[in-house]
Amino acid sequence: MRIHRAPWFWAWVAAFAAFLATWSISAGGGGGAALAVAALTFASFSVLTGLGQMLVITMGPGNVDLSIPATMTLAGTLSLKLMGEMTGPVWAIMLAGLVSALAVGACAGVVNFALIRLLRIPPIIATLSASFLYQSLAIWSNRGLRIKPPAALAEFATGRAILGIPNLALVALVISIGFWVALNRSGFGRRLSAIGQNPRAARLAGVPVARIMGTTYVTCAKMAALTGFLLACFSGGAALNMGAEFLLMSIAVTVIGGSSIAGGDSNVPGIWAGALFMYLIVSMLNSYGLGAGVRLLSTGVIIIAIVAVASGRKAQA
Amino acid sequence: MASARPNTTGPEPVVILDGASKSFGALRALDHVDLRIDPGECLGLVGHNGAGKSTLVNLVTGQFAASEGRVIYPGAKDHRQAGIRAISQEGMLCPNLTVLENLQVVQRDLTGWSWRRLAARRIGAALDAIFPGHRIRPEMPVFDMTLAEQQMVEIAIGFAQGAHPARLVVLDEPTSSLDASISAQLLAHLRRFCAEGGAVVFISHMLGEVFEVADRIVVMRDGHIIADRAAKGFTRQGLVDAMGHVADESHEPSALRIRALGNRSDAILRTPEGVEARKGEIVGLAGLAGHGQAEALARFYLAQSSDWRSLAEPAVVFVAGDRKRDGVMPIWSIRRNLALAALGHLCRLGMVDRAAENALSADWQARIGIRTPDMANPILSLSGGNQQKVLFARALATTAAVVVMDDPMRGVDIGTKTEVYDMIRHEAAEGRTFLWYSTEMDEILNCDRVFVFRDGAISAELEGERITEANILAASFEFGDAA
Repeated sequence: MRIHRAPWFWAWVAAFAAFLATWSISAGGGGGAALAVAALTFASFSVLTGLGQMLVITMGPGNVDLSIPATMTLAGTLSLKLMGEMTGPVWAIMLAGLVSALAVGACAGVVNFALIRLLRIPPIIATLSASFLYQSLAIWSNRGLRIKPPAALAEFATGRAILGIPNLALVALVISIGFWVALNRSGFGRRLSAIGQNPRAARLAGVPVARIMGTTYVTCAKMAALTGFLLACFSGGAALNMGAEFLLMSIAVTVIGGSSIAGGDSNVPGIWAGALFMYLIVSMLNSYGLGAGVRLLSTGVIIIAIVAVASGRKAQA
Repeated sequence: MASARPNTTGPEPVVILDGASKSFGALRALDHVDLRIDPGECLGLVGHNGAGKSTLVNLVTGQFAASEGRVIYPGAKDHRQAGIRAISQEGMLCPNLTVLENLQVVQRDLTGWSWRRLAARRIGAALDAIFPGHRIRPEMPVFDMTLAEQQMVEIAIGFAQGAHPARLVVLDEPTSSLDASISAQLLAHLRRFCAEGGAVVFISHMLGEVFEVADRIVVMRDGHIIADRAAKGFTRQGLVDAMGHVADESHEPSALRIRALGNRSDAILRTPEGVEARKGEIVGLAGLAGHGQAEALARFYLAQSSDWRSLAEPAVVFVAGDRKRDGVMPIWSIRRNLALAALGHLCRLGMVDRAAENALSADWQARIGIRTPDMANPILSLSGGNQQKVLFARALATTAAVVVMDDPMRGVDIGTKTEVYDMIRHEAAEGRTFLWYSTEMDEILNCDRVFVFRDGAISAELEGERITEANILAASFEFGDAA
C-alpha cells in the first residue's frame, strides 16, 4: 500500500507543518512539549465530536448533525447539576454524572432521528431546530449558575497520568480505536457505508436502513454529550456557549481528515490529523499576533484550500 | 421492407428516415429503417418492448443522431425548425414550476417583459382547443395538479403555438393517465390536427385507440419495420400477430414446463396484485414496460423485509436490473458488493468474519463465473454483465427462499444471459422460488407461470402450454374500443 495515497496522509502532513511553523516562532526550545500537550488536549474535544459527525456524514449527502453544540451544553449543564446536588461516594457521583450525560445525548439523538424519520424533515433543519430546544432547556436549567465539577473529575480532565500524555487524549484515542473497529470491521460499519453510497440499493439488499440511521444519530449525539461532559469538567463548569465552536469544528475535521462528503467513505486517522491541524493553525496565527478577524478569515481560507486540494486529488484517482 | 408510398405531388414530407440505424454498443436498436411521414398523416406505431419504437421516436425528434443512414427534415435545418414536438410517456414537466414556466423551458423565444402574457395566450389557446372545459390555470405550479392535469398540460405544450408551429407531434402513451372522456377529447383533437395538415405519430398499448385515430399503422419488431400500411389493412388480431415472431413459433416446451410443482393452492406467496407462486416455481411478470411490474415487485420486497430488523436468513432477496440506481455500491470491492445481502450470516458478535466472506466470494466467483483476477478489485472495474453476475450472486448467496428479479438482464450480453439462465434453473430445481419481471420475450417463455400486467393490474395469467408469445402480446395490448 502506498501510504501517500491514504486519504489521511495529506492531513497529517499539514498538521506536522503547522506544528513546526508554530514551534519555530514560539520562544525557546521547551515550547515543543508544551505545544504538543496543548494541541493533544484541545484536539481531543474536536476528535470526540468529529467522530460522531463523521458517522453521520458517512450516511451521504444531506446528513449532518447541527445539534452538537446544544447537546454538549445541555449534557454538560445537566450532568454537572446532578453531580453538584448528589452526596455519597465520589465514584458514584462521577459515574452518575457520566451516565446522565450519555442519557441526555441518547435522548437528543432519538429526538433528532424522530424528527427526521417521522416528520420527514431534512436532517439539517431537524437538527438545527432541535438544537434550539436543547439550548433552551440548558438555559432554563442552568439559570446563570456555574456549578463546579467534583475535584477528582476536574483533576482527571486536566491531568497527564501516563507518559505525560493528557488523559483526555488517551480517552479520545481509545474511543477512536473503537470507532475504527466499528467502521472497518463490523457489520454495522459495512451497512453504514452501504447507506452512504446508495440508500435505495442498500435497502433493496436487505440493510435495515432505519435502524442503522437511528443508531448513527444517537451515537453522534452521545459523543457530543460525552464531549460536553468532559469539557465542562476540564474548564471547571458548564457554560452556555461552550459548544459553539464545535459546530464548524466537527464538520471541518471530518472533511479535512479525508472522509468523503459524498458519503460511504470515512476514516478515523484523518479525524486526528484534522483536529490537531485546526488547533495548531489557530495557535500559529495567534503567535503571529493576528487579530481575531484575520484569524477567522485565514482559518476559513485554509479549510477551503484543503478541501479543494483533497477533492482534486480524489477526482484524479 | 418499408413501403415506399407513392409520392404524389403533394406537399413535402415532414421527415424522412433514409436507411437509419442506431446502435448502442453491440446492440442494434434500429436497423436500416426507411420511413417518411407526410403532412396530414396520423401514424400509429406499435410493437412490443425492445422493438425499437423509442429509438425511432428519438431519431425523429432529434434526441439521438443516427449511427448510419440519414434523418432528413425537408425544408428545415433541424427538428426544431421542422416543427417536431414530442410528448413523452413519463412526465417531463418540472414539478416546481408553473405551467407558464414549463412552457418557457421548451419555447426559448418566450423572453422579455411580457413573456408571461404571450405564454398564457399560447398555452391557454392550446388547452381550450384540445380539452374544452378544462380547469387548468396557467399560473398553477405543476405539483399542485393531478396526474391527468399534468398530462393534459404536457400535451397542450406539445401542440401550443410557438416560434415554429407544430407540424409533427409524437405522442408516446398519451392517454395512460387520462380518463375516457378526456382521452376522447384528445383523439378528436388529433384527427382535427391531421385534417388541418399536421402530422402525428401515436404510440399506445390501447389498440382500440390506435385504430380509432391512425390512418396508417407501422409495426416494429427487433429494430425493423415489419409492416407499414393503411390502418384499414389490419385486423386487430392481425396486428398482434404481426408484432410477434409468428414464423418461428417453434420453442419446444422446455424441461421446466413439465415440472411437477404441486397443486395450485400450495402457493407460498401472494402479492396484493394477485401474483402467486409455489415453491420452486419460476414466475414471470410480463407486459409492456412501465405497466406496474417493477412497482409490484418493489412493494412485495419492501413489505417482506424490514427497515429495522436484519435477519441472518432473509425470506426474500432482490436482484436489481437498474444496477446504478438499485444495486451496485460504487466505491466497494467486488467481494464486499457480493457479500452485502449475506452480511447477517457472515457476522460473528457483530464483526464481519472476513475468512468466511473471502470463502463465500471465492465460491461464488467460481460458481457464477465472475471474470476478475482478484475479488478485491473495485466493482466498477467489471463489465456491466459481470457486475450483474455479482448482483445475482449477492442474492443467491443468501438462504432466502424467494428471489425477486427486476428485469435483471437488461443490457447484458448473450453469454452471460445463458450462464445465468442455467443458474436460475438449477436454483429453482433446488426449491427456490423466482419472481421474474422481464421485458424480453424469450425469458418470459422460460417461466413456469406468467402474469401479464397492463395498467398496473394483471390482465392475464398463463401457465404451461398457454405461455406463448401470441397470448402474452394479446394480453399486453388492450383491444377494447377507446372511450
